[in-house]
Amino acid sequence: MTVATGTVETAPERAATVDYNMDVVRQFTIATMFWGVAAFLVGVFIALQLAFPMLNLDLPWTTFGRLRPLHTSAAIFAFGGNALIATSLYVVQRTCRASLWGGPALASFLFWGYQFFIVLAGTGYVLGITQSKEYAEPEWYVDLWLTVIWVLYLVIYLGTIMRRKEPHIYVANWFYLAFIVTIAMLHVVNNLAVPVSWFGTKSYILWSGVQDALTQWWYGHNAVGFFLTAGFLGIMYYFIPKRANRPVYSYRLSIVHFWSLIFIYIWAGPHHLHYTALPDWAQSLGMMFSVMLWMPSWGGMINGLMTLSGAWDKLRTDPVLRFLVVAVGFYGMSTFEGPVMSIKPVNALSHYTDWTIGHVHSGALGWVAFISFGAVYFLVPKLWNRRELFSLRLVSYHFWIATLGIVLYITSMWISGIMQGLMWRAYNDLGFLQYSFVETVEAMHPYYVIRALGGILFLSGALIMVYNLYRTVKGNYADVAETAELVPAGAAAE
Amino acid sequence: MPTKAEKDALTGTELRDHEWDGIQELDTPLPKWWLYVFWAAVLWSAIYFVLYPSVPGISGYFKGVLGWSSRTQIEETLAEARKGQAKYLDRIRTTSLEDIRRDRALLTFAIAGGKASFAQNCLPCHGPGAVGRKGGYPSLADDAWLWGGTLAAIHKTLEVGIRAGTEDTRTNTMPTFGGPDGPLKPAQIDDVAEFVLSLTKRSTDAEAVTRGAKIYADQCAACHGKAGEGNQELGAPTLNDQIWLYGGNKTAIVAQITKPTMGVMPNWGGRLDAETLKMLTLYVHSLGGGK
Repeated sequence: MTVATGTVETAPERAATVDYNMDVVRQFTIATMFWGVAAFLVGVFIALQLAFPMLNLDLPWTTFGRLRPLHTSAAIFAFGGNALIATSLYVVQRTCRASLWGGPALASFLFWGYQFFIVLAGTGYVLGITQSKEYAEPEWYVDLWLTVIWVLYLVIYLGTIMRRKEPHIYVANWFYLAFIVTIAMLHVVNNLAVPVSWFGTKSYILWSGVQDALTQWWYGHNAVGFFLTAGFLGIMYYFIPKRANRPVYSYRLSIVHFWSLIFIYIWAGPHHLHYTALPDWAQSLGMMFSVMLWMPSWGGMINGLMTLSGAWDKLRTDPVLRFLVVAVGFYGMSTFEGPVMSIKPVNALSHYTDWTIGHVHSGALGWVAFISFGAVYFLVPKLWNRRELFSLRLVSYHFWIATLGIVLYITSMWISGIMQGLMWRAYNDLGFLQYSFVETVEAMHPYYVIRALGGILFLSGALIMVYNLYRTVKGNYADVAETAELVPAGAAAE
Repeated sequence: MPTKAEKDALTGTELRDHEWDGIQELDTPLPKWWLYVFWAAVLWSAIYFVLYPSVPGISGYFKGVLGWSSRTQIEETLAEARKGQAKYLDRIRTTSLEDIRRDRALLTFAIAGGKASFAQNCLPCHGPGAVGRKGGYPSLADDAWLWGGTLAAIHKTLEVGIRAGTEDTRTNTMPTFGGPDGPLKPAQIDDVAEFVLSLTKRSTDAEAVTRGAKIYADQCAACHGKAGEGNQELGAPTLNDQIWLYGGNKTAIVAQITKPTMGVMPNWGGRLDAETLKMLTLYVHSLGGGK
């Protein structure tokens, strides 16, 4: 074979020798969709609460203050976490040609243990049990449980890599491994706490004052860096070449951007604490590393997009690939916006405003959710032995509805955030503040309504996906002809 | 493993010699622009590193060639802002409220300052335009005053607050007349409420008014006045007008006699500086009800 098309069909006898554990991947995939819909639903509700405060319902359990962390954690750790574990356990087995280390029982324990963690954390939020650290709200007993589960995940993952039958470790696995190892480290250090009593939920964090703030944002920023970036790049590196049926664009770029990304990302956290009690030198370093992070982040985007060279036409016909590729586009946009927002004069305007919320959601909805949707659409027919999805047309509908939702979300938050920042700093001729805080809140109302509408669209798309996947799993659909039909881009709008 | 490198048919780029689950990798070199922008960002950071605070030490840190610090930046910004307002603020500090009121330019500045401060500090309770809010937050834009509407009285209320928990705060207590320990029985409270309603010609039970009048004279008139005219010395509300803190219908009046609700106004002296207190006074006074 002197001319290759880029992929080599795995010989059936070669694949047949490995007894892959797909049961646990199926479980995690179902959990991904379940928690995804839950997270989007809570997100829509709290978006409506901001627009219409009476929806707080005057009950402690339903106030924005408790539901907001419920939403963020459900989106990151329940939806994102299950998507990462599902895909990583699939990818590590397939690319190592090895079944999961520890056998099915251990894998099953990992699944139920992780779901138990989610329920434990979620009930804590609603009941008001929190250590008040963003993205690390759960108290000590939940933290300890997650530590056990996470170390188990690491051991299963590493064990599987160790027994691989391939000479090299595929790039997706580097990213997954960086994600698992770093999250373990961040989680343990940021949550070091002394419980007040053995049977009480309350504990005190070991750090205090500005050290606590720095530790918290070292954690918080790298939760974004390693959970939501490195982990999902692992998804990108397997599912895009697979779906596009093309070789990865550049092996060298993958090495250089991997090491530069993980080396630089870990230092960028202080940009969350610009113009605070954090010493100036630490703020400077946080900003410098954020700016240097730009190209290492974009390395992943280049490798994702350029893998399609020679196969761009597939975007017209394959809405699943469209999800994967547009996700990389949003990734590129967010990882450019991030360094810009870390520059101090920009941050002076953007910090504490809705601009940050918009930025986070262009990453969370555009990158994290879209790449997960693409991966799950790819996985479900494989996992349940179906030739294709029930309906690619529905995938196309999902794509356009969700994209419109994201556009409404991030544009309304850009306008609202920049307006908010400008109103806060506006002075009149006599040197007094032009606007009161209340007036800025009033001015944001229309954008809050638009944002909630964007969220409703995004949720609707996810419900279409759930239906499509359900029909795919159920099988026996009569209109197989339609599933084979490839829908051109824009067909849904016709 | 093939000895001669395979080439990708579509791009002509060499393929690496291994594959995983059907995925191969091209041997494309690093994109030049990517590499140059990366180095440019590193170079920019290196320059920033030298110019700005960047290296921690044992007892201090490297301050950067420019000597910039966020602390001096905020101090300079604040100093500049103060300088712009100094000529007015200095005069406000040394001029009496009455004299400020007679100085048109100074009054304009004071009202603007008071308005800004009101929006930040007072608006959450007293509402936009100081029109008050339901549940005991009085309007400051009418001429009904609990503790007086002169410049001096408003200034004092702002400074010491009402039931603020401090020694010098304005305070009073509407007694609890109902309940097991209260001096009045429910029927008597009902009569008093009818009498109070009669002050604004809304009573529907003349006999009850007669009975209530006697109780009112004994229990209420000392503070609220014989005809319900109120007493600003004591902060006792007027009962013979249409302005009600906690509602003016009979149910609300009965509730307020039986088990009264009493609001709290924070003491702003010490939280806001003297000039701001004066400007707030003049702003509130200017809203329409100032005496």
